[in-house]
Amino acid sequence: MDIIEIKNLNLFYTNFHAIKDVNMKIKANKITALIGPSGCGKSTLLRTLNRINDTIEGVRIEGDVIVNGKNIYDPDADVDRIRRNVGMVFQRPNPFPLSIYNNVAFGLQINRLVSRKDETDFIVKESLEDVQLWDDLKDKLKMSGLELSLEQQQRLCIARLIAVKPEIILLDEPCSSLDPMATAHIEELMQELKSKYTIVIVTHNMQQAARISDETGYMLLGKLIEFDATGKIFTNPSKQETDDYVSGRFG
Amino acid sequence: MNFKLNPKLSQKIAYAVLFLSTILVIIPVLIIVFNIVKNGYSAISWEFLTTMPKDGMRAGGILPAILGTLSIVLCAIMITLPVGVCAAIYLNEYAKDNLLTRIIKLAIVNLAGVPSVVYGLFGLGIFVMLLGCGVSIIAGALTLSIMELPVIITTARGALNSVPYAFREASWSLGVSRWQTIRHIVLPNALPGIMTGAILSIARISGETAPILFTAAAFYVPHLPKSMFDQVMALPYHLYIISTQIPNMPKNIIFGTALVLLMLVLSMSLIAIVARIYFRKIRKW
Ligand SMILES: Nc1ncnc2c1ncn2[C@@H]1O[C@H](COP(=O)(O)OP(=O)(O)OP(=O)(O)O)[C@@H](O)[C@H]1O
Ligand SMILES: [Mg+2]
Repeated sequence: MDIIEIKNLNLFYTNFHAIKDVNMKIKANKITALIGPSGCGKSTLLRTLNRINDTIEGVRIEGDVIVNGKNIYDPDADVDRIRRNVGMVFQRPNPFPLSIYNNVAFGLQINRLVSRKDETDFIVKESLEDVQLWDDLKDKLKMSGLELSLEQQQRLCIARLIAVKPEIILLDEPCSSLDPMATAHIEELMQELKSKYTIVIVTHNMQQAARISDETGYMLLGKLIEFDATGKIFTNPSKQETDDYVSGRFG
Repeated sequence: MNFKLNPKLSQKIAYAVLFLSTILVIIPVLIIVFNIVKNGYSAISWEFLTTMPKDGMRAGGILPAILGTLSIVLCAIMITLPVGVCAAIYLNEYAKDNLLTRIIKLAIVNLAGVPSVVYGLFGLGIFVMLLGCGVSIIAGALTLSIMELPVIITTARGALNSVPYAFREASWSLGVSRWQTIRHIVLPNALPGIMTGAILSIARISGETAPILFTAAAFYVPHLPKSMFDQVMALPYHLYIISTQIPNMPKNIIFGTALVLLMLVLSMSLIAIVARIYFRKIRKW
C-alpha cells in the first residue's frame, strides 16, 4: 500500500529551484532510502514530507504530497497534526536540555495526548524499550538527555518521536555523526521499527542504503532520476546517471 | 629616506601601544572609584542608608533617595521587560522579513541612539502632561522604560537566537505548535540570557538623571514614597542637588551619596556577570 504519494512536487528557495517535478510513491512499512550527491535536494525533499520546510523564509512549494489519501498541502490542513503523524530525526542528535523522561514525555504532555501520569510513565517505558534504551537507563530517567553518548542521544530522539505515535518516520542522515558500531546498531533498530512504521531515510552512504532499504531513490540536481527496488538500483539500474553514481563513476 | 623598522621591534612597539591603550581604559575607572571611596567612606553608616535627611540635607541619611531610585527603576523594568521580550519573540520567531519588520528594526537601532534628555522631554510632554500622571514615579518609570526598550529587545533577541534552531525543529516535528515550542523550549532556555540583560539594564537606568529630571525627581520630599503618583527623590538627581545647589554641604556626604549610587550600579553589574558565567557553565549545548 502506498502511504505517501508525491505528485509533481516543485520547491523553490526564493528563486532557486531546489526540487524539480518529483513524483514518487512510498510504501507503508518499508524503508525507503534517498541517495545522491551533496546538494542534490535529498534533505529538502524529505523535509517537504512533514512540512518542516514551511518554517524557512522564502520557500515556495507547488504540487501535492498525499499522505493517507489527504493532501498535506491543502490550505486547511492542520500542520501540527501532520508533523505529529510524520516525525523527523535529524542529522545531529538534538535531545532537549531536559531529563531523559521529560524528553520522551514532551510531545505527549504538550499535545495533551495523555491525561494521567501512569499513562505517561507507560508510554515513556514503551518508547524507550522500542529503541532499546530502557534496560540501560531505567534507573537514570532523571539524568539530562545531553549527558548520553551520541548513539544513545539519537535513540532518545527516536524514542521521543515514537512516543507521539507517528505513522511515518523521516531520518536525515541519522548516522552521520556516529561511529561505525553505533551506525550498525541504529541500522538494526530501523529494521525492527519498520514493522510498525514507514521509514524514509536520507543517506550519503550508499552501502547503508543498500543494506537497509527496500526501495531507493536516486536524486541529482533536484530531480528524482530513478526510483525502484533497492536491489535493482544497485545492481541493474535503468538510467545511465544512476549507474554512474552507484558504481562510483560519478564526477 | 627609506626608513624601515626591524620587524621584531615594530612588533614590540605595536604590542606596547595596544597594551597601553588597554591600561588607559581602566585608569580613569580606578581613579574615580578610588577618589569616591576615599572621600565618601566616612559618611557611610547604617544610619546614612536608613534615615531621612536633616538640616537642609546637610546631615542625616539618604533613605528617600535610595527608595525613590529603587521604586522608579523596578517599576520601569517591570514595564519594559515583558513588552521588550514579547517584541523580541515576535521579531525573532514570527516576523516575516518585510517592509514593516525592517522599519521596526531600524527604529529600534535609532531609538537606542536618542540622547536621554530627549526621552526626558518626551516623558514630560506625554506622561506628565498629556496623560496627566504628573511628576511621579509612574511617569519616570514609563520614560525610563521607553528609553530602555531597544536595549531589552536587542539583548532578548540575542538570548532567543542563542537557543539552537535544532531544538525548535525537534519540537515542531513532534507536532508541537510554534507558540508551545516558544513557551516550553525557546523561552526557558533563553531566560538566563534575558535575565542577565535585564539586570544590566537596571544598573544602567539606576544612574540616569536626564529622563527622570522632569518626570519623577523632586528636590526634597519630607516623606517616603507612598504611591505611584508621588514625586520622589532619586539618587542621581539628589547627588546633583547636594553637589551644586546647597551651600556648605559636607564633602563626605556628597561623596558618600556618590558611593552608594556607584555601589548600587556596580553590584548589579557584578550580579549580572556572575549569573552569566554561572549559566554558561551549566549550559550543555
Ligand atoms: N534554506 C535554504 N535557502 C536557500 N537554499 C537552500 C536552503 N537549503 C538548501 N538550499 C539549497 O538547496 C539545494 C539542496 O539542498 P539540500 O540540503 O536538500 O541537499 P542535500 O541533498 O540534502 O545535500 P547534503 O547531502 O549536503 O545534505 C542545495 O543547493 C542547497 O544549497
Ligand atoms: Mg542533507
